Amino acid sequence: MNNLIILPILIPFLAAAILIFLPKKIMAQRWISALGSVATIVVALFLVQKVHTNGIQSLNISSWEAPFGITLVSDMFSALLILTTSIVSFTCLIYSFKSIGKERENHYYYPVFNFLIVGVNGAFSTGDIFNLFVFFEVMLMSSYVLLVLGGTKIQLRESIKYLLVNVISSALFVITVAYLYSIVGTLNMAHISARVSEIGQPAILSVIAVLFLIVFGLKGAIFPLYFWMPGSYNAPPIPVLALFGALLTKVGVYSITRTYTLFFYHDAGFTHVLLQVLAILTIIIGVIGAIAYWDVKKIIIYNIIVAVGVILFGISVMNIDAFTGSIYYLIHDMIIKAALFLLVGIAIAITGTSNLRNMSGLIKRYPGLGWTYFIAALALAGIPPLSGFIGKVLIVQGGFAGESYLGAAVVLISSLLVLFSVMKIFINGFWGDDQNYANEDKAPVKWLLISPVILVILSAVYGIGTEAILPYISQAAETLADPSLYIDAVLKE
Amino acid sequence: MRSNNIILETAIKVILFIIVLFSVYIFFAGHYYPGGGFIGGLMTAGALVLLLIAYDIKTVSMILPFNYRIMTGIGLLFAIGTSAGAIFFNVPFLTHAFGHIDLPILGEISLHTATIFDLGVYLVVVGVSMTIIQTIGEDE
Repeated sequence: MNNLIILPILIPFLAAAILIFLPKKIMAQRWISALGSVATIVVALFLVQKVHTNGIQSLNISSWEAPFGITLVSDMFSALLILTTSIVSFTCLIYSFKSIGKERENHYYYPVFNFLIVGVNGAFSTGDIFNLFVFFEVMLMSSYVLLVLGGTKIQLRESIKYLLVNVISSALFVITVAYLYSIVGTLNMAHISARVSEIGQPAILSVIAVLFLIVFGLKGAIFPLYFWMPGSYNAPPIPVLALFGALLTKVGVYSITRTYTLFFYHDAGFTHVLLQVLAILTIIIGVIGAIAYWDVKKIIIYNIIVAVGVILFGISVMNIDAFTGSIYYLIHDMIIKAALFLLVGIAIAITGTSNLRNMSGLIKRYPGLGWTYFIAALALAGIPPLSGFIGKVLIVQGGFAGESYLGAAVVLISSLLVLFSVMKIFINGFWGDDQNYANEDKAPVKWLLISPVILVILSAVYGIGTEAILPYISQAAETLADPSLYIDAVLKE
Repeated sequence: MRSNNIILETAIKVILFIIVLFSVYIFFAGHYYPGGGFIGGLMTAGALVLLLIAYDIKTVSMILPFNYRIMTGIGLLFAIGTSAGAIFFNVPFLTHAFGHIDLPILGEISLHTATIFDLGVYLVVVGVSMTIIQTIGEDE
């Protein structure tokens, strides 16, 4: 039997349940969360290796055969995302130790943190569309709590918006699943895919595909549906923001990728062209936001939108190069976005402001912080030895091969503007005159710097070791390009 | 200022036990008839809310000194335990087992591990609804 797949969900869940018993014992909370997190990373590593050697893994929960019970499926794509999630959540966790504050730690911060990981890992590994909805809700409920925990005025205001948007999109998700169920009569993703290809995707299924795009686009912040994000992500404290920025939108991107490569690939002339247009507009909106603001958090938040657009553009092109590039870029982006948020958080902790005009000269007293940020910024823009490069190259290559020249050009130009936006932070915040800031001494810079340094090193290794990592990524892309691999692994025909 | 609610208080002393019995019945009936952990838990919580209406929060927490957050945690552990127990028997997660057992008075009954899972659901539902009501009630 193959219970390995359940462990990345089970370990954080168990940790969260145990932590409910010890709300006031902060040291115990930290240790249990950290141990759980490390265990999840180890399990995820095993999972990746197992999928690499033995092909797609599936687990029929409670021993019911595939289309009838819930199936957990771990292909390389989801295994890699689970691994990345575990690593990012571990770094955010150790960053929280010194920055989140006693007030929040005393009020169930760590249990909720673990529940969020349960939701994200579950969403990545499920093979059942309704189960995906349930894990979305697990993830969203935890994110509501993490967003509002602390109860400052801005958090309360933004939580209401965030909650409203997500409740509406969740209702739409249920309605869409109901439509889909009434047509194909199954909820198992592999079975849905088989049934959709039997009836050849009539127009009603294309409508459902667009509904799914709206639902997951609301979660993943694509062009007309991104409006909630800049405000809501501005509210929570930094480790929570890093977690949201690195993981939550990526679950939406993952779901779009899954549905558009597994179910609705028969009418690409309509659905995928729509996805492509929206992806390009998302990139444009993202870079406009990223270069417009002088608030360091807002700049990075708009960079999330750019990355979502780039990844979805790769998916919409539908060839193996672009898929490989998108997966590569997705993982790179999860790591580097977390690192950037954490670094910007340290700068905010030192200067006490997120306004770029009031910071300067940080590199004189914090050279480690400055150069780590510099490397992270170059990696984000995609400068060759670092991790953002190969993904974007493959996406652009795929774009040219798929004859979407405009999209490929937009991706290339966006890199330039992304580089401009993050270098603006570097030049204005780190260079310039040395300043004394009021609460400078209170910031535990050395401890806080551990997490982003881990992430930046990983990102560099990920970029330099492309040759070693590429077999894994192309294995993931093969599954996306050929849905029959997935169907055969689950339904075992 | 407390008004004299003698009729309400006396009536609730009688009704409370009937409601609790009914909720327990519904909980155990879940496998063969409509019912189960969720509705059973809600009904138990309803009985406790009736008690809260008749008396005040302090009296109720003196009569029933439960920490409902801990109760939620215990419920979660029950659910995780029954589902993860399958791992140790080398069958897929959440695989349940059942058997017939001869008990002295009740005779042969069938026991199913899904009941323990349901007990977890029951405890979580009672714990969560009571936590919500108590925190809103205590807020000033």
